[in-house]
Amino acid sequence: MTMQGFAYIVVFFLILLALTKPLGLFMAHVFEGRRTYLHPILRPLEVLVYKFCGIRETSEQRWTQYSASVIAFSLVSFLFVYAIQRLQGFLPLNPMHFSTGRAPGYATPMTPDLAFNTAVSFVTNTNWQAYGGEQTLSYFVQMAALTVQNFLSAAAGIAVLIALIRGFVRKETNTIGNFWVDATRATVYVLLPLALVFALFLCFRGVPQTLKSYQQAATLEGKTQTIAMGPVAGQESIKMLGTNGGGFFNANSAHPYENPTPLTNFLEVLSLIIIASGLTYTFGKMVGDTRQGWALFSAMAFLFFVGVFICYHSEHAGNPILARLGVDTAATATQPGGNMEGKDVRLGIPGSALFATATTDASCGAVNSMHDSYTPLGGFIPMFNLQTDEVIFGGVGSGLYGMLLYAIVGVFIAGLMVGRTPEYLGKKIEQKEVKMAMVAVIATAFSILVFAAICAVVPFAKNGYWNPPGPAIANLGNPGAHGFSELLYTFSSASENNGSAFSGININTPWYNLTTALAMLIGRFGFILPTLAIAGSLACKKKVPTTSGTLPTHGALFVGLLVGVVVVIGALTFFPALSLGPLVEHFFMHEGKLISAIIIRTVGV
Amino acid sequence: MRKQLSQAFRFTLLMTVLTGLIYPGVVTGLCQVLFPWRANGSLLKINGQVVGSELLGQNFSGPEYFHPRPSAAGNDGYDATASSGSNLGPTNQKLIDRVKADVAKFRAENPGYQGPVPADMATTSGSGLDPDISLASAFAQAPRVAQARGASVDQINQLIQADSRGRRFGFLGEPRVNVLMLNLDLNQKLHLAPKKSS
Repeated sequence: MTMQGFAYIVVFFLILLALTKPLGLFMAHVFEGRRTYLHPILRPLEVLVYKFCGIRETSEQRWTQYSASVIAFSLVSFLFVYAIQRLQGFLPLNPMHFSTGRAPGYATPMTPDLAFNTAVSFVTNTNWQAYGGEQTLSYFVQMAALTVQNFLSAAAGIAVLIALIRGFVRKETNTIGNFWVDATRATVYVLLPLALVFALFLCFRGVPQTLKSYQQAATLEGKTQTIAMGPVAGQESIKMLGTNGGGFFNANSAHPYENPTPLTNFLEVLSLIIIASGLTYTFGKMVGDTRQGWALFSAMAFLFFVGVFICYHSEHAGNPILARLGVDTAATATQPGGNMEGKDVRLGIPGSALFATATTDASCGAVNSMHDSYTPLGGFIPMFNLQTDEVIFGGVGSGLYGMLLYAIVGVFIAGLMVGRTPEYLGKKIEQKEVKMAMVAVIATAFSILVFAAICAVVPFAKNGYWNPPGPAIANLGNPGAHGFSELLYTFSSASENNGSAFSGININTPWYNLTTALAMLIGRFGFILPTLAIAGSLACKKKVPTTSGTLPTHGALFVGLLVGVVVVIGALTFFPALSLGPLVEHFFMHEGKLISAIIIRTVGV
Repeated sequence: MRKQLSQAFRFTLLMTVLTGLIYPGVVTGLCQVLFPWRANGSLLKINGQVVGSELLGQNFSGPEYFHPRPSAAGNDGYDATASSGSNLGPTNQKLIDRVKADVAKFRAENPGYQGPVPADMATTSGSGLDPDISLASAFAQAPRVAQARGASVDQINQLIQADSRGRRFGFLGEPRVNVLMLNLDLNQKLHLAPKKSS
């Protein structure tokens, strides 16, 4: 670990800490319907949305209606995105003529299964890319389909969280707010202003924002370089802020046009986590005890630090096999050292390790370095972050409602220890809440493990329809333990709606496009619906007074309990699978064992 | 549910116009007015001809130019329509074979350099379009470039120093030098016409 790397991570955290309260307070005001300093400008826009959509601002929904709205909204959004993609050849702003007879030779066809996967992916806030953006999508699709969902799927996540918070706040009522109002406010007051400002800054530092076609360059050595560009900045900013993560380009935030400088890198990591962090304060403010929010923040911060330092340490130490080949893996004043495979020089080891940890703490899924090429333990951290349901700050909204479900499980376990009905924030936690929380946790784990297991064995005919490369493991980019890691990571990422990848795997086949899309749907709605059910159930309950027997949920004891619950549930569920992937590979690497197609041998260097 | 679907349709339609057309339109307009060069890709021109982008790496193979990192973008590397890393895992035989070849190539091209190969010169970047190399990688190539251009190593090293960029605020990123900018400076300051590579 270098001093600069240590400073990078610590300064990052301090800025995050400093911004949490002001942003959280602002969002609390927005969702409580109070006036903020943005209202004079944006209130007319908010009212316009209500008028156009026939939404009564003051009407309230029960949890079933709220869920129906989420589902209706997701369904319609899916149809929009699917249709726009499939019709891109007929739509404007398609300078490279994708999906037409004049498409360039490298273009990826927009098949029905790819369009389905991408539509599900963006509507569920996963933003997995089974395609390379610059080879597949017109500018119109990037703007009118994907950017829109970057806003809306994020707004939906925030709305669901706010509904859950209302479940804790309200008593003896059957309503938890109005989805359309919450989603509108999240978009208009939170996401749009931040995205606009950040987009301008990104462009100022080098991110393109143009509708012109790809440019031809004649290089100094007399060759031609075709340079893909487009309206990148506007999408880049909301891709980070909304924890979406679907890049304009295939290489995502590693691409210099998405992430041109060390400073943009720092701000991109900050922007992908800032709203989720702020929401912990929003939560505390809305439940009337900001200590409750800071307790959740502390648990998240602790897990964040453990993850980022393991990842950074491992990447900084590098790959001992390369060191034996005469590669300088020790950092010096003039070169970064470490494991630079899949990392760009300007971003460096700490800037990449922090990004990889944060993007999987959150459900962002943008990547600025190729996780597939990380050292086994460096790549283990992002994978384990996914598998613990991305509750370390997490996706906008989804991270905190995930953490609140863990808190419910936590107080339940504590209640079992002392033989007392557990309470959280003055609400009795009973059978229904605990069941629903466990359904959410188990649904995603089930999706990850079962799909990965099926793909490890399922055979297909070579050049058949479902999976042209042959059996499902033929799509892997790496052999042996690392190949299994690719598979496990793929379904962890899809089921947890992250979207980052060990991207050596090729999932653009009907089989993978459909199974990963299914995993995304299970992960999204298998989490949202139980959450809303809990919200509805809690809202009906009375407040119980705090007594000497109540477990305080704002202190160190509770923080420790919460951290323990997250880690223990994750470890119990995934340890066997992880030991077949990153853990065994870690020992291979340090023994100098290499994996080619089938045979394993010790490298003789 | 019908009312829900109707609201969902109107909501998605309005938001598509707002966040999918108006928002990117406003961003495009503002960026084109405020930062036109950046908004159009930071393209570098010589006599009106685009020679590349300041932000994107490109291939250099002649001895008179500094060489970029190995690249996994496209078939020949640095394909700016096919950004990609290698995605090879750390214990993959293919990775080790490739690194061996990269190390051997670097040694063959730079016989004047004896130290360990800087980490960035034996690895592919995440984007495949990394515009930079580390300072160590540039200094290691200086004797070769100096010889090909009939200049002194000191002259070349000074150019590297002049073009180098340190860590932002002392801790963000890595010290580095932009290969295309450095090669443009070589052509300009050493008054040597670049030879066409065969």
